[in-house]
Amino acid sequence: MSLFLFISFVALLSALGVVLAKNPVHSVLFLILTFFTLSGHYLLLNAQFLAVVNIIVYAGAIMVLFLFVIMFLNLNEDTEPHKPALAKFAAAIAGGSLLLILVAAMRNISPAGYDAATFDSQIGMVDKLGMVLFRDYALPFELASILLLAAMVGSVMLGKRETGERNF
Amino acid sequence: MTLPALGWQGLVVLVVFGVSLLIATYSTYAERVIAAFLQDRVGPDRAGPFGLLQPLADAVKLFTKEEFFPAGANRALFVFGPCLAMVTALMSSAVIPFGNFLQFGDTIVHLQGIEINVGMLYVFGMVSLGVYGIMIGGWASNNKFSLLGAIRAASQNISYELAMGLALIAVLMISGTLSLREITLQQSSAAPFVWHDIFNWNIMKQPLGFLIFIVCAFAETNRTPFDLPECETELIGGYHTEYSSMKMGLYLFAEYINVFVASAVMSVLYFGGFNFPFQYEMRDWLVSAQGLELVTAQNIITIVGLLGLFGKIFAFIFFFMWVRWTLPRFRYDQLMRLGWTILIPLAIFNILLTGGLITFGVIK
Repeated sequence: MSLFLFISFVALLSALGVVLAKNPVHSVLFLILTFFTLSGHYLLLNAQFLAVVNIIVYAGAIMVLFLFVIMFLNLNEDTEPHKPALAKFAAAIAGGSLLLILVAAMRNISPAGYDAATFDSQIGMVDKLGMVLFRDYALPFELASILLLAAMVGSVMLGKRETGERNF
Repeated sequence: MTLPALGWQGLVVLVVFGVSLLIATYSTYAERVIAAFLQDRVGPDRAGPFGLLQPLADAVKLFTKEEFFPAGANRALFVFGPCLAMVTALMSSAVIPFGNFLQFGDTIVHLQGIEINVGMLYVFGMVSLGVYGIMIGGWASNNKFSLLGAIRAASQNISYELAMGLALIAVLMISGTLSLREITLQQSSAAPFVWHDIFNWNIMKQPLGFLIFIVCAFAETNRTPFDLPECETELIGGYHTEYSSMKMGLYLFAEYINVFVASAVMSVLYFGGFNFPFQYEMRDWLVSAQGLELVTAQNIITIVGLLGLFGKIFAFIFFFMWVRWTLPRFRYDQLMRLGWTILIPLAIFNILLTGGLITFGVIK
């Protein structure tokens, strides 16, 4: 329980850091820390595979690309455009409404009870996950992979050099 | 002295930690000795017998040098970079099974830091995090050469991680588990023919996969011929251009720990880990001819296996250094072409080949 509270505390703090940090590189690093705390939560739920894959895919690959792009753009506090007060106000209202709706929707939820005696603690292990994924949810899994393939083909198309004179 | 099981396991973690550091320390010495040998020089011979105290002299030098912060550097991240490189390097050795188990009475001590059933993915995750130390340090230095080195490191690591992961998938298809311990145990067998243990090593089933893996390991640890992030001729020193004193030392140290971990992972995945030929015959011989108890014989086999694994690891570390002082550095476009247009298609072909061989029952 205390571990859960600690990880949740770090998660909230680093998530706030993502939004509040002035320097985009600091924001990205806070986001990486957030992913780590999420992996910690997965571990507490005994989902080792999900925890490690979360680190490999998000922290290890996607955030490296984020950091890569931000380093190339060389964004920092000086170059950040000053946003008008009206935009800040509108953003605060929109974000606040979303929070209100989420809290209102979640308020009356009672978590589906599980029986500690019959709960399968091995449910998050990789072999169990694979069985469920490829036996019960094979079609959605394949559809998702087709979606990813389409995205990949699309990005290759966009990245392909156009015929004609090179301008860069 | 009685320690609960968790206490013993904690001790093993500490020993693994210490051994990783010790091997990294003496890798710096080995690198100089091997370089000197390959270039027909004398090498370090001043500090202590055979220059064995050279790493200590280096450490004293690095610790006492001036700590320099470049103007305009992001101070916090400038310090954080080398720390992160070191932490991620040290974390990955925790799941490697260095030996089978030792049994004292009722206590069984597994010679492995922690056993998790996704051990292989854990190592892979830590390797993919290793690039952050380089990226953050390179960016925080506020130097164009450092930034270029950092960006090279990032793109190189992402590119070669793909081929490495695909090579690992072929191993997975054979083993059917992600646990490094189980992968090792599967590579020992009692098949009745001579040298059967060697024939059961994954290298016999995955020669192509191993070739892909070792090339990727060179790229992931930023070793020559893929040390483009610290290419002296183009980038002065790459990501650690602005670093001095022990912060520089930590970067170099992290690289040696990564070499050690990469060597250990290759030994475990492809070269049978702590298994060695005739281990069962040797155990039976110890029991029948020498009259030892089975437990004692098993402990002796475990220790020999541990030494055998370290022998394999040192052979790989030597190979890393041998290559460094033999091959010239690749050009950056050659590196990218090798990764994307040769290694990845080859790794996919390897997966298809392995799948076919498994389907037709040639390997299992």
